[in-house]
Order: sequence, then structure tokens, then C-alpha cells
Amino acid sequence: MRNLMEACCQRCTHTPASPCSEYLLCRTEGPLCHESKECRQQRKAFIDEVTIPSDSPGRQIIVCGGTGCTSSGAANLVDLLNQEITAHNLGNSVQVKKTSCHGFCENGPILHIKPEGIFYTKVKPKDIQDIVLSHLVNQQVVKRLLYQDTAGNSYPYFQDIPFYAGQTRLLLRNCGQINPESLADYLAVGGYRSLVKVLQQMTPDEVIEEVQRSGLRGRGGAGFPTGRKWASARKAAGDVKYIICNADEGDPGAFMDRSLLEGDPHSVLEGMLIAGFAVGSTKGYIYCRAEYPLAIKRLKIAIHQAQQVGLLGSNIMGSGFQFDIALKEGAGAFVCGEGTALQASIEGLRGMPRVKPPRSTEKGLWEKPTVLNNVETLANIPVLIQTGTEAYRKLGTVKSPGTKIFALSGAVTNPGLVEIPMGQPLREIIFGIGGGIRDGKSFKAVQLGGPSGGCLTEQHLELPVDFDSLTTAGATIGSGGMVVMGEDTCMVDVARFFLAFTQAESCGKCTPCREGTKRMLEILERICQGKADLKDLGDLERLCRVVKNTSLCGLGQACPNPVLSTLQYFREEYLAHIVEKRCPAGVCSSLVRYSIAADRCRGCGLCLKNCPVGAIEGEKKQPHTITAERCIKCGVCLDKCKFGAVLRG
Amino acid sequence: MSEVTIIINEQPITVPAGTTILTAARDVGIEIPTLCHDPEVSRYGGCRLCVVEVAGWGSLPAACVTEVRPGMVIETESARVLEARRTILELLLANHPEDCLTCEKTGACALQDYAYRYGVRRGAFLGERQNHPVEADNPFIVRDMNKCILCGKCVRVCSEVVGRSAIDFSHRGFRARIATALDEGLQQSGCVFCGSCLEVCPVGALTGKQRRGKGRPWEMTSVTTTCPYCGVGCQLKLQVKNQRVIGVMAGGSGLNGRHLCVKGRFGHGFIHHPDRLKKPLLRKAGVLQEVSWSEALAYTAQRLSQIKQHSGGAAIGVLASARISNEENYLLNKFARRVLATNNLDHCARL
Ligand SMILES: Cc1cc2nc3c(=O)[nH]c(=O)nc-3n(C[C@H](O)[C@H](O)[C@H](O)COP(=O)(O)O)c2cc1C
Ligand code: SF4
Ligand code: SF4
Ligand code: SF4
Ligand code: SF4
Ligand code: SF4
Ligand code: SF4
Ligand code: FES
Repeated sequence: MRNLMEACCQRCTHTPASPCSEYLLCRTEGPLCHESKECRQQRKAFIDEVTIPSDSPGRQIIVCGGTGCTSSGAANLVDLLNQEITAHNLGNSVQVKKTSCHGFCENGPILHIKPEGIFYTKVKPKDIQDIVLSHLVNQQVVKRLLYQDTAGNSYPYFQDIPFYAGQTRLLLRNCGQINPESLADYLAVGGYRSLVKVLQQMTPDEVIEEVQRSGLRGRGGAGFPTGRKWASARKAAGDVKYIICNADEGDPGAFMDRSLLEGDPHSVLEGMLIAGFAVGSTKGYIYCRAEYPLAIKRLKIAIHQAQQVGLLGSNIMGSGFQFDIALKEGAGAFVCGEGTALQASIEGLRGMPRVKPPRSTEKGLWEKPTVLNNVETLANIPVLIQTGTEAYRKLGTVKSPGTKIFALSGAVTNPGLVEIPMGQPLREIIFGIGGGIRDGKSFKAVQLGGPSGGCLTEQHLELPVDFDSLTTAGATIGSGGMVVMGEDTCMVDVARFFLAFTQAESCGKCTPCREGTKRMLEILERICQGKADLKDLGDLERLCRVVKNTSLCGLGQACPNPVLSTLQYFREEYLAHIVEKRCPAGVCSSLVRYSIAADRCRGCGLCLKNCPVGAIEGEKKQPHTITAERCIKCGVCLDKCKFGAVLRG
Repeated sequence: MSEVTIIINEQPITVPAGTTILTAARDVGIEIPTLCHDPEVSRYGGCRLCVVEVAGWGSLPAACVTEVRPGMVIETESARVLEARRTILELLLANHPEDCLTCEKTGACALQDYAYRYGVRRGAFLGERQNHPVEADNPFIVRDMNKCILCGKCVRVCSEVVGRSAIDFSHRGFRARIATALDEGLQQSGCVFCGSCLEVCPVGALTGKQRRGKGRPWEMTSVTTTCPYCGVGCQLKLQVKNQRVIGVMAGGSGLNGRHLCVKGRFGHGFIHHPDRLKKPLLRKAGVLQEVSWSEALAYTAQRLSQIKQHSGGAAIGVLASARISNEENYLLNKFARRVLATNNLDHCARL
């Protein structure tokens, strides 16, 4: 027996062609068909190697192999660690393991030592010797590599760091903990148990009932009740039905789904299998954008592994249930995340939405009843089947049960991936987990839901984050993007950014979205350049209304939201640009003015010497002045002045 | 089939379930403007000009693709609808050349008509306009994508009716346009130049090359006739100005409807060609000379009788034409076997 998946001895009869119905449980709790201490011990040893229980004699060093840590230099840490470990003869008691993202990328590369749970951040190749010698050999924690908050407190343990302490990592439980390229790892931490439960103890209707009772709502943005979707696909006529996992994740800045796929791909496959069983489908598709090469690689590995042991294929674990999964790579069009466009794309057509109804649950992929679910929705399924509805509903709110993963980014101290129970106030996420605004600046707004969402302000910070509470304020949790903005953000510029995105991504099918977003963008650009007047503002509002009310699909219908919400809460900022030709946040470069405060200027002449275009005049020791017409707004004088006399605004 | 009762513009009406709002409204004479809708091809719902207000609905649904539901209360020209419709027309015009004065389509252009109906002018929105080279590198069709409103009718007719799929959407956002594969031009695209796309295009984006500059729609009389090229017998509408055939449109009736093949639609150059034979010719003393039809027929009858008498019917052969109808071919067959007494009969379609 070389790994957990293999037969323990010749008494095991399982093969994918003639599967043993107890295969999965047997691997983790078995052997079940025969009694053998030796076999049992062998299996337990493999499991301990993955889970590293607290009494484990061996140690595990986890090196984060997520995209963030890899790009900040984690790639060769594994080799260096192995070299050092061999050099110190620790090979037998220490294993090095590369996992996926820990969601704390800003502090990467991350190194995590089990079972003690010491968490090192910003580890450089030169730190490896220290870690091995001091931590592994001399049992001394390397204090300088521990995470430090802005107040200077150090945190040795991962679970105490405020960023993690505030989270409930239910779906992300395995991300950063197991090797995502190993089915054995997933099994060792309890994976595929829900599938076993479903196949052995439940009928398809019971599964659907359970999902309905759990109150799970789709995490792809719309919050549609998952159980209801499954029920209508099950009811729909036809014997060919499809399950599609939507892994297109096109919102700029969002990486929740990518992290799940890279960190725990089997949990998504398990969710799809259960959906297939419940709905009566034998074929699943994962539609993943090609810009996610690591997620695609891991999915391919996971699918292959599941096929190898008969978790995908015909007669899965002897239950008679048949299901297989194909991977379809998308070319990275935001609109292909929309269900009907996604299906067209799988069919080989151009990814353009079609009018609904008919709903996909009646006529979806190739006109067959289809369930389309988001990655995170599917990852919820094994959890809720395993824990049962009652336990599941303990997290979150009555109407939005469970947890939600957010990609927290922007001006917060701790950006990253955070999972929280639904219903937590915004303040808790931004100031508790996120650690507040970076560099001691003040909070201005938070943008939720990406290009389809809106901006909220200080006054909304107590609002609970769930599917319904934010909509009245003009935002939505969308798929989970959360961009925090500090005082130095220009809200017109933010709206312009999102409109530029939606305009470029509009599929071009319908007039209001294709042409309307173009004109909205042009107006916003003129506002940022100080070239707009009040008629433009009226036009902008009318376009928002028409595009929202008349567009064919969700992209067009929701794309005015970033404009509408900033207009609602930051109208005076728009007016400052339009009427006073001024950008209060000092962001819009055409509107920025540089000037010199006469009372602070000592006449040192440093700015004058450095101005590339000779826009500054003044006698030595006399206050200098800037000629606005000549200034090219490069900002050099501001950087050079030692007395803070150059003003920007 | 079950029936659904709805109210359109305060008028109750009962229609079969599955009827769209557009059809229900047209049934009672309420005209809802459409640019991308076409009953002959699949439902689309792209231009959004046909939006209407349904009581209780937040958004304005497109009438051409929204099926009636029991109790729906619909308004087709409410203030919200008008604002949306005018804005959509303004958006289309903002990205459209100012060319009605010289445009081939003027007078028969849906965009022009709706701009007039809703009093919409250009210039509501200033900004970038699409700027594509006009494609005329083939003998028949001029594609001016600057005038295209992306209704997608040409794409659907080419794939769903003609079965060629020579053209499709390309690019996204403001850059979206109709293109051939790899932009290689219609001649390389698998296009058979049937011109069905041209027939359905609501604006002047697709026009016939041969008739450019030759006449306005209102200057033409339309003469319905049968295509002379093959036995399918498609119905044509000749576009005639000053006794000259300027162009051909499909008859819109009969078995071909709005569709023709390249010959029927574009192959009318022979009509006014100087080399065309318009009178019968008879060789007299070794020289071909114009004669009257009665002289020509009499001479032909006389010679055929002579040959039959002298050498028997088997000395005569008859070749029928694919350009005449079945009935005419039948008569020719009878004539050959019964009158000429020959079985030497063949047809050009076999050659
Ligand atoms: C423009 C647009 C883009 C979308 N992109 C995504 C996406 O990337 N991932 C996703 O899961 N859902 C996306 N959706 C939502 C899907 O249409 C669909 O509602 C969702 O995948 C359903 O799954 P759920 O019920 O599990 O949330 C998008 C919707 C629109 C209108
Ligand atoms: S709203 Fe935009 S993305 Fe959606 S169909 Fe219309 S043009 Fe395409
Ligand atoms: S911003 Fe640049 S160009 Fe303007 S005054 Fe300062 S140094 Fe000169
Ligand atoms: S297509 Fe219609 S609106 Fe455009 S220039 Fe021609 S006639 Fe005028
Ligand atoms: S002429 Fe016919 S084949 Fe060619 S693009 Fe138009 S519809 Fe298609
Ligand atoms: S070319 Fe004509 S038919 Fe084709 S999409 Fe453009 S406007 Fe519509
Ligand atoms: S249009 Fe073409 S198919 Fe129709 S009758 Fe003429 S030659 Fe025949
Ligand atoms: S006619 Fe209905 S959307 Fe174009």
C-alpha cells in the first residue's frame, strides 16, 4: 500500500469496473470487509500524515503555493526547505507540503508549521536556514517572521491573527491545509462522505428536500434558492439533463471561486455529483475561464483521480448512479458568466445571452433541462449534507443561511480572501478582519458586487451583509467582491472604471447596453476631465434609467449600479467636477492643480530646479509660484519640497 | 389551446397562450416598432425598440419576445416607454453616419421611419462613432457596417434560412460588428450571394451594388414576374424606373418568399444588354436577318413537317430547357412524341 487510495491487502476487491460500495469509508475508517490491525494501522498512518493530529510525532511544513505567494517568491522555498531538512537529517520527522492559497496574500509567502500551528509570513529564501535551525532543530520560534499588526503585536498562531480570528472558514476549511492535487488528502479530511451518505441513505427527492430546507441560495450573485432550482430541473421532462458548474468568475478583483478550485477542487466535484444524483443527470460540465490555468490544471487532476477510482463514471460505488464531468475552458468574456451565454459558449456558439424564459432548468444546454450553479454554491453542498440542515442554518441569517466568501481588496490593511457567516455587519469585515484603512487614512466607501454592484458609505457600515439588506441601499453582495476605498478615492473615477469594464465586456447584442454604456462612459470621462456640464449629468441619469430598464441580460441591467449609487451618495463630488472643475480627492489628473502656499514656501528653489517644464518662478528666499498654464502636473515639485509648501488639489 | 386575456392600451383582448405581446398588439392594430424582429427567423430581442410597460414589472420587457400572461396590463406608448424608445433611437443615431441624403435605403429605411415617427434627431449624444471601411470587394453586395444597427437579422437569415452562416457577430462592446470569418470578405466566406441578408436588412448597411445611384424607392414601380432562369419559378419583383429594370427584389410570395438565388437576384444584366436577341433571326442567303415571329414560326413548322415526311420523326431531336416550367416541358414532350413522332428527347439539366 503506497497511498491511501490503494488496496490495503489482497483481500480488498474494489476496482472501478466492479466497485465496492464501501470503498470510500473503507479507505478512511477501514478496512471494513476484513479485520486486520496491520491494514488499519497502515491506513491511519496515511491519514495522520495529512491531518497531523496534535499528538503527531512528525511535523508538517506547509508552504503556500497560491498564486499570490508564488508570485511573491514561494516557488523555490520548498526546494530550499528540503535541502535544509536533509542537511539537518530531519527527513524522517518533517514533511514539506505545498498547498493552495491561504487568502492572506499581502503577507506572503506564507509558511505554516503543524501540529503546533506556528504561522510565518513574508518568508524569504534567506529565512529558510533560520526556520530549520531555530524552529525545527532548537524548537525556538523565529519571532521576526511572525505576523505583526499595525499596533506592533505579534501573533504566533494562525487562528489568533485578527484576519483569521474573525472568519468562519467553512468552505475554505481545506484551502491552504491539504494538497489540492491529492484525492487522498481530501478523503483524509472527510471528503466524499456526503456523497456516500447521499448514495447509501437518501433518495434524490430527499436530497432536494434537504437542500431546500437548508435555505442555500446561489452564490453566483442572484441568490436564487438552490433547492428550488434543482427541484424544477428534476421535474422537467426529459431523460437527458445537465449540471453545469459556473467557474467563469469574471468580476474584476474577485478570486473566491478560483481559490476554491485551486485549493479544494474535489469539494466542488462532490457538490456536482450530489447535484447530478438529485436532479437525475449523468453529465456535468465545468465552465472555467482559461485565465485560470492553475485551477484548470487542478480540476483536470481531480477529475482524472475521481475517474481512476470510480468516483466518476458508471455505477459509482456500486450504487448504479452514473455521472461524469467534462471541463470546458472559456475565453474569458465576462458575459460568458451569464447562464444562457455560458451555455451557448459550451455549445460552440458565440457567448451571447438569450431571452428568458424558457429558464435553463427547462431548456438549457442543448435545449435540455440544466442546473447551473456557481462554484461556491456547489462547495456548500457537501457541507450541508454532512452537517444536516439544522447545524447548517446555525450560521448566517434566516433568509441567507451559511457563510459567504469575499475578496476583500482596496485600501484595507489586510486585503485577502475572507469567509464569514452571512449577516455580519460591514464594519466587522472592513475594520475587524480587514484591519481598517491602510496608512491611517479614513474610510470613504466600499464597493460591493463588482460591476453589477454599488458603493456604500460610512452610514451603511452597520448593515448586515446578506442577500437582501444591501439591496435597499443600492448595492448587492454580488458574487463577493468587496473593494474598500479610503479618503483619497475619487468616486466619479470609480464609476468610470466600472463602466469602462462593462462597456468593453458588453456582448453587443442589445442597443441600450452596447450603445448606452459607451455614451455613459464618455460622459463620465468628460466629467473626470472637467469637460462636462449639467446637461451631461441629466443625460447620464437618463441613460442609467434606460439601460437598467431595457437591457436584455443582467450585465446591462445591473451595469448602471456603480453610477447610480455613487450619484446617490456622492452627488456633490460629481458637481464639484462639473461645476467647479475640481476633483476633491485629487485623483482626476486633468483637474488637479498644483500651487505653492506662500506662507510655507521658504524660497529654497528646489521645486524650481526640478520642474521639467520651467513652470515655477520665484526669487531665492521669496515665495515661489506655479504658472498653471505651463504645469504638466507631473508632481515632482510636491515630492521635492521639504516644507510641504506645494499643494495639490 | 388555452387562451389568455390581457389588456393592451386599455383594450381587453384574448389570444392563444404563447402569443407574444407584439403579435397580440398587432392583432388589434396597435403598431409597436421593431428593428430586430422577423417572424421568419428565431426570436432575438436585441434592439429593444419594442419595449412596453407591463403594470407591476420594474423593467420594460421587449414585446417581440415576451409571451402574454393572464391578466397582463400593457401600455405600448407610456411615458416610460417613450423615454426608453427615444433614447434607444438617439443612441442608434449617435453612432450612425449622417447620410440619408445619398443613402440607397432612404425612403425604405426602418431607422429613418422610426426617427421620424418619434421625432428623434441626431446629436443627443456626442462622441465616438464606428468607423469601418465600406466593403465592396465583390460584384453584388456593398456592406457599410457604419450604418449597421446590429439587429442580427442578416446573421439569422443566413444561418437559419439560407444555411450558409457566412457572417456572424465579432468583437464586443462598442466594437461589436457583423463580420465574415477572419474578415476575409464575402467572397472567401462561403457566401453564395443569394442576397437574403440584403432583403431583411432594415437599414442601408447592406445594399445591392448594381443598383447604386440608379434610383430611389419611390421612383420605382414594382413588376411582379417569374424568374426566367430555372424551373423553380421564383417570384420576383422587378424594380423598374423609366422602363428600365434597375434591380430585383424577391416577390415576397409563392414558394420562394423573400429568398432568391444569385442568378434571380443579381443576374438581370442581360435585360437591357445591347447583345440581347429581341427578334427572331432567319438565315437568308447565308446571312442572319431579323424577321417577324409569324414568319419565323411558319418557317420552322414547314421545315419540321418536311423533315418528318422525308426522313421520319426519328430524324428530329428535341432538347428541352430547364428555364421553362414543368408544364411547358410537359407540353414539349407531348409535342415531340405526338406531333413530331420522335422519342429523341432530352433536357439541358442532364448535360
Ligand atoms: C454578466 C453576468 C456575469 C455573471 N458571471 C458569473 C460568474 O462569473 N460566475 C457565476 O457563478 N455566476 C455568474 N453570473 C450569474 C449566473 O448567471 C447565474 O445566476 C449563476 O451562475 C447561478 O448559480 P447560483 O444559483 O449557484 O448562484 C453572472 C451573471 C451575469 C448577468
Ligand atoms: S445587456 Fe449587454 S451583455 Fe446583455 S445581451 Fe445586452 S448587450 Fe449583451
Ligand atoms: S507639477 Fe511638475 S510641471 Fe507642475 S509645477 Fe510641479 S514640477 Fe512643474
Ligand atoms: S441607413 Fe437609413 S438612417 Fe441610415 S443613412 Fe441610410 S436612410 Fe438614413
Ligand atoms: S448573400 Fe446569402 S449567403 Fe451571403 S451572407 Fe447574405 S444571406 Fe448569407
Ligand atoms: S447588416 Fe443589416 S441586417 Fe445585418 S445586423 Fe446590420 S442592420 Fe441588421
Ligand atoms: S431565383 Fe434562382 S432558384 Fe429562383 S427561379 Fe431564379 S434561378 Fe431559380
Ligand atoms: S424588435 Fe423586439 S427587441 Fe428588437
